[in-house]
Amino acid sequence: MATAVQPVEPTNYLNADYGIKSWLLTTDHKRIAMLYLISITFFFWIGGLFAMLVRLELLTPAGDLMQADTYNKVFTMHGVTMVFFFLIPSVPAVLGNFLVPLMIGAKDLAFPRINLLSWYIYVAAGCLWLYTIVNGGVDTGWTFYTPLSTAFSNTHVITGALSVFIAGFSSIFTGLNFIVTIHRMRAPGMTWQRLPLFLWANYAAAVIMVLGTPVLAVTLLLVALERAFNIGVFNPQLGGDPLLFQHLFWFYSHPAVYIMILPGMGVISEIVACFSRKRIFGYNLVALASIAIAVLGFLVWAHHMFVAGISLYAALVFSLLSFFVAIPSAIKVFNWTATMYKGSIRFDTPMLYALGFIGLFTIGGLTGLFLACLGVDVHVHDTYFIIAHFHYIMVGGMVMAYMGGLHFWWPKISGKLYPEAWAKLSAMFVFFGFNLTFFPQFVLGYMGMPRRYQSYPPEFQVLNVLSTAGASILAVGYVLPMIYFLWSLRYGQNAGPNPWNAAGLEWKTASPPPTFNFDVTPVVNWEAYNYDELDKPQEVPLAS
Amino acid sequence: MSEPITSIKTFTSVWIALLILTGTTVGVAYLNLGAFSVVVVIVIATIKSLLVALFFMEVRYSPAITKVVIIAGILWLLIMLLLSLTDFASRSWSLGL
Amino acid sequence: MQASQTAAHELRHHFADMDQQRETASFGMWIFLVTELMFFGGLFLAYLVYRFLYPTAFLEGSRHMNINLGALNTAVLICSSLTMVLAVRCAKTNQRKLTVIFLLVTMLLGLAFMGVKAIEYHEHWVAREVPGPAFQFEGTDPRHTQIFFSLYFAMTGLHALHMIIGCGMVLFLMMNAWRGLYNSEYYNPIEIGGLYWHFVDIVWIWLFPLLYLISHQHV
Repeated sequence: MATAVQPVEPTNYLNADYGIKSWLLTTDHKRIAMLYLISITFFFWIGGLFAMLVRLELLTPAGDLMQADTYNKVFTMHGVTMVFFFLIPSVPAVLGNFLVPLMIGAKDLAFPRINLLSWYIYVAAGCLWLYTIVNGGVDTGWTFYTPLSTAFSNTHVITGALSVFIAGFSSIFTGLNFIVTIHRMRAPGMTWQRLPLFLWANYAAAVIMVLGTPVLAVTLLLVALERAFNIGVFNPQLGGDPLLFQHLFWFYSHPAVYIMILPGMGVISEIVACFSRKRIFGYNLVALASIAIAVLGFLVWAHHMFVAGISLYAALVFSLLSFFVAIPSAIKVFNWTATMYKGSIRFDTPMLYALGFIGLFTIGGLTGLFLACLGVDVHVHDTYFIIAHFHYIMVGGMVMAYMGGLHFWWPKISGKLYPEAWAKLSAMFVFFGFNLTFFPQFVLGYMGMPRRYQSYPPEFQVLNVLSTAGASILAVGYVLPMIYFLWSLRYGQNAGPNPWNAAGLEWKTASPPPTFNFDVTPVVNWEAYNYDELDKPQEVPLAS
Repeated sequence: MSEPITSIKTFTSVWIALLILTGTTVGVAYLNLGAFSVVVVIVIATIKSLLVALFFMEVRYSPAITKVVIIAGILWLLIMLLLSLTDFASRSWSLGL
Repeated sequence: MQASQTAAHELRHHFADMDQQRETASFGMWIFLVTELMFFGGLFLAYLVYRFLYPTAFLEGSRHMNINLGALNTAVLICSSLTMVLAVRCAKTNQRKLTVIFLLVTMLLGLAFMGVKAIEYHEHWVAREVPGPAFQFEGTDPRHTQIFFSLYFAMTGLHALHMIIGCGMVLFLMMNAWRGLYNSEYYNPIEIGGLYWHFVDIVWIWLFPLLYLISHQHV
């Protein structure tokens, strides 16, 4: 036996080149995904900080922690940061950028330089937003409603609106890249119906990004122009209609929630299939449901405006359409459940997050149906019921999907295994903390506590205290992964190419992958989710 | 290359058609057509856009996916315009209850 | 061979061949144009809503547009689209000098368009038709006519910004064409540049009648 030779570390995308320039000028989609990971994590903590301030204020009925104007700024900055600088990029820019080329067997996205540009645009937008925060922030709510934003607010609306405007282009370029890549760069044999559902979901989200974001961009541009140069399009003193702003704003911002949730649903499909060791039930329907959500999602926006002054007839139309958009989401939930039926379930951390997603997204989605009902909405609009509804979907749904995805693909991204026991513990903190935070808010809203108010009647205090307590526990659940993911980079076990024995092209290459993903372009001649193949008992030779 | 090269003659014919249509649309603005003038304007602008798209942008030789993309874009614009109008157009309607 | 050496030099590593690269680039430009359609679309919605709500105000505002300069500009853009397609055609047929000339004329026509627009904007400024504190309009509904002018400046301003970017792009293509970069094997950049240019032309094809031609029937 020869003396042990120090193994040479294979070249992968992380160690292919060193130095800050090699990262800041990279066109490798995997490195760009990591740049995004760092940036959006930073903004997650900023948004979380503002959330903590909100919850601290709401511990007591009186508005005693800060002035009312300050409170307005705090919830605005929480909303803008979380929506535009965390949720919208999260799965697409981190997991999507990393996985889309790997999953289709390509060497990179269609436009690698535009991918890098999209990150720089995001960073520029983020810097302008930070500048806005540091200089006193915005107090209009993340919705920038006119005429408050155009005429009456005394805060930095222009820089705030412009930072979101710029961030929108980052999103548009990501979406454009995904659509073109999935159409044009699939490996030989990778037909549309062999695509992992993660790609269908990201494709649908990309279509929304491309069609919707430009409308938000032009709307915020008009707000900035109106405020700066007094060219009134939304100004009631000139006969402008504040509702026009709301139509334009929600035309994007409603589909935006589907930009946020669809990629998360894609993650869930991958996790549920892997940890049930089964092909997703009703693959075609789940794929079509993603497209249906993208299309129908564009037809319902005025349900945010039921009590704003739109005509009753328009309200009826949008209410009916809003009921329809629930159907494809429900199809997905049923299909994930059916996938698990008679599957071989493993409760690894990604699966815990996926199960949490399915339950909490269902609650959030069902309460959305309540809101689509005109009569109910009149009662609960602008109350904590709405806040609970969208946090169930965005945090209980989307953030859990993001966490599940990070855990599932962490071995591929870093080449290391995270510590499973700590991860399971964090998932418990997240699930318990989340429900304690937001379930009381359904009750509060139904009982009439308005949103965006820093003070409330004393009889609401108990539920608010529970909610704040829950938020602290939730925060622990988010801090722990930060610590153990970083820990795993140095001390984690080596992962190997496919620690989960999962299906998908990304698992057929090394962990971490080499810079150009595959040494040889794969030729695909198997169906997606071929878990029956993967789980076949290996032939053991009888003799060596 | 898969696409044939369009002749100079075709390009200049389209160019002349566009100029003639521009003149027409200006001329129509001086006539009294009431509400119908909007229809004329839209029809002429649509024809001009189609000429530019099909011949100058060579959409007639483009792959099917390009045509799907264009139609989707126009469709989404129409969704935004028409569905918003359901609000503004029906505000004055009585409740009829 | 010379042509295919140039082509091989341009093939990016993540593409299998030049055909895939070319089709991908064109497809990408079309998707981008759809985003531009929705970008302008928001302004068209605002226009549609306010014209629907305040038809008289819009009529009166439109009568203050310089229909001659507007029509001239429309013709200028149409001519520039012709020169743009001829530039692409010359690249496809290996006529380097003509490609450069047509691109140059395209850019000059674009600059001419902007010059005319500048004259118009100045006219409006002098006539106190620019929205803001200086706005003054004699009409039946001056408040709402100010909205018309706000939309006029927003829409034509955004269009002009796209023209400026377009002229810069055409200049870039022209310099590359002069250096002999484009030929029958590799003309895709001019082609997709042309797509952008024609799109901006199509936007003007709609802006012109909607803003300038609501009605010029003299009462």
